[in-house]
Amino acid sequence: MTKLKSLAELIKMKEMLLQQKKGYSKHLHVCGGTGCQAAHSKTLDMNLKEIIDDKGLNNSVRVVTTGCFGFCEKGPIVKVLPDNTFYTEVKPADAREIIEDHILKGNKVERLFYTDPATNEKVSNSEEMGFYKKQLRIALRNCGAINPEDIHDYIENDGYQALGKVMLVYGAVETIDIIKKSGLRGRGGGGFPTGLKWEITSKVEADQKYVVCNADEGDPGAFMDRAILEGDPHSVIEAMAICGYTIGATKGLVYIRAEYPLAITRLKKAINQARETGLLGTDIMGSGFDFDIELRFGAGAFVCGEETALIHSMEGLRGEPTFKPPFPSVSGYLGKPTNVNNVETFANIPVIINKGADWFASIGTEKSKGTKVFALAGKINNVGLIEVPMGTTLREIIYEIGGGIKDGKKFKAIQTGGPSGGCLTEKHLDTPIDYDNLTAAGSMMGSGGMIVLDEDDCMVSVAKFYLDFIVEESCGKCAPCRVGNKRLYETLERITQGKGTPEDLERLKNLSNVIKETSLCGLGQTSPNPVLSTMENFWDEYVEHVYEKKCRSGQCKALLNYHIEEELCVGCTACKRSCPVNAITGDKKQLHVINQDICIKCGACEEKCAFDAITIRIEKKIPA
Amino acid sequence: MASKILNDDLAVRDGKARQTPSGGALLNTELAKDDKIYTYAAPEKEKVKVKLRLSEEKVMRIKEICALFDYNPGELINILHQTQHALGYLPAEVQEVVAHSLNVSTAHVYGVVTFYSYFTMVPKGRFPVSICTGTACYVRGAEKVLDEFKRQLGISVGETTQDGKFSLSCLRCVGACGLAPVVMVGEKVYGRVSPDGVKAILDGYKDL
Repeated sequence: MTKLKSLAELIKMKEMLLQQKKGYSKHLHVCGGTGCQAAHSKTLDMNLKEIIDDKGLNNSVRVVTTGCFGFCEKGPIVKVLPDNTFYTEVKPADAREIIEDHILKGNKVERLFYTDPATNEKVSNSEEMGFYKKQLRIALRNCGAINPEDIHDYIENDGYQALGKVMLVYGAVETIDIIKKSGLRGRGGGGFPTGLKWEITSKVEADQKYVVCNADEGDPGAFMDRAILEGDPHSVIEAMAICGYTIGATKGLVYIRAEYPLAITRLKKAINQARETGLLGTDIMGSGFDFDIELRFGAGAFVCGEETALIHSMEGLRGEPTFKPPFPSVSGYLGKPTNVNNVETFANIPVIINKGADWFASIGTEKSKGTKVFALAGKINNVGLIEVPMGTTLREIIYEIGGGIKDGKKFKAIQTGGPSGGCLTEKHLDTPIDYDNLTAAGSMMGSGGMIVLDEDDCMVSVAKFYLDFIVEESCGKCAPCRVGNKRLYETLERITQGKGTPEDLERLKNLSNVIKETSLCGLGQTSPNPVLSTMENFWDEYVEHVYEKKCRSGQCKALLNYHIEEELCVGCTACKRSCPVNAITGDKKQLHVINQDICIKCGACEEKCAFDAITIRIEKKIPA
Repeated sequence: MASKILNDDLAVRDGKARQTPSGGALLNTELAKDDKIYTYAAPEKEKVKVKLRLSEEKVMRIKEICALFDYNPGELINILHQTQHALGYLPAEVQEVVAHSLNVSTAHVYGVVTFYSYFTMVPKGRFPVSICTGTACYVRGAEKVLDEFKRQLGISVGETTQDGKFSLSCLRCVGACGLAPVVMVGEKVYGRVSPDGVKAILDGYKDL
């Protein structure tokens, strides 16, 4: 690869690349994200290339393996350009039909179109799909549009021009000003103004400074950072170099989860290509600025998403957080000033430089500018990765983009912000989403996980699920988090087993508040949020569990009641013989009865009954 | 003293380990072929405490990895990643060699190994089964799938089957939430797994 020596050479290269692509009449974009690869998109990709080769179409049709399109529910995805045809759930065997019918004869393959669940209509153009209509893709702009393993694809889409402009036109002070004016806030969850962070780090004097990209995405159910690294790694590399230039750092480090092998491979490839093209290394584009990036691997610890813990982990230590101040901006990696930003934050930077602060600030709400990527999952029709302007309501996300609740069930709650966040309910559906509104509603932005829950989910169990996670992931350094969360978990466990007392409810509240106020780091300070927000919004369910020993969703097994239906029981005694605790009484050919006080709800009788006479009820008493 | 505690914690293996060094599970890793195992206590009939004696080659291998990172203790996590990749797991004896090479205490290495869930001190099965228990999979029934795997394999989370074929673990989100609940066997991802489908997945590895 030729090394670029100036911004002019970069722009010339872009023109040349665009010229080269003009020969192709059709582009087939095949999703190569983790989700679609799990559904055999790799074989599909190979099949398409083979058939194109067979037909001698190599010079006119191009297959591009791209990053995630976001629409993981209907993967694997194939998008045909320039006609914008969007094929869903494409099997490797469908490759021939797409090439022979669509590409050669011009007949689109209708059976692979997306069917709108509301209208039952087939949609061929992605721009007309409910899933994409309300979206605005800034951080995800290149995901699904370029080949992440080829730097030329990125350069063709104005890649690295922002870096060139920052170094050769704007300079450090003006760049920080642009970022500040844009109103960009940290996308990792905290929401700290990015420009301000850069300014603070830039003003600290030191012989060495570091730029760190936090790619330790540990929230269960959140995968936006992975999608960006897999689909558009160069945008993160470029942004890190921009940050390095403005704060005066020559070294960048990406702290990435070892659980993301594909993202690691692509990032490594991208870094090597950037070095070969002279966009990383010494004297980048003739500016005299040196910058290079190294990778550091996480090893599976949620707490390492916290910046002080992350820095310790990079130093080869246990990932335990320390008290702030001093902030990493002053004393971070190896005691040097360190600027830590998250992947999504970085992915926004090059666009802001290219399109201007005013453009970015015109999107979103008053205090939260731009867009946010959310990982939409759970009991929803369109699971996937979405990016919407700040200020979009939950209703729009769930019902328009998400296509509504799965199987026509009733919406109950939406959990945002991961284990540190909270549950929002029906009454929050029309709240415009931004950092401050979510916090005011008792949840938080977090990294952007959104889990939709329906009527079948028990909120006490959901709180217990998150506490289980926290107990496992607490680093153990401070007592409120290490011991307190364990006690919270045990209390919730008691309640879901029907052994909860009214005092337990009181204790949950008090203990939660103590943990919140006295924990050392962000993990502990937010860990009781799932308990507090479910108690706030679903107090009735807690009361039912404790006082009536009832779980309305039927999820808490210990609170269910097994009954023998009078009209169906033939008195075969099979259930009686299977009961391990002798809770069933009844003579041969007579109606059998389960003694609820002895029953341990093991379900053995239900399994044995050949007449489906044993039913599970949520209510203790048989309704009249 | 430290190493004694480590060994007590770690090296409780099945009595059969004496016939097949370190259990069948290790047969496909290099470590198994030439490492010797000696017992130093046998408090119960079935369970014996064993300590591995690493072969010269393995010790050299670990030292090479440490040299690759310039014996820099700051690179400990990267060193452990590579060592685990090479040897399959990080038993106490391996940690001792790493600690010695980097000139840090064994306790320090042990502290790091046990802090991160990615590192394992017991050998994984030939086909490690991981059930995603991230939130998206949880609300779509991952727990029931996990229970079924436990029942079919007869082991709990973190354990390996007697024949060393399967090991069971939970992981948090592989990012394939659209396919929830998700199960991984080795590198292969299975989507939309139901408890009824567990047997079919395991049967796929029957003759392997």
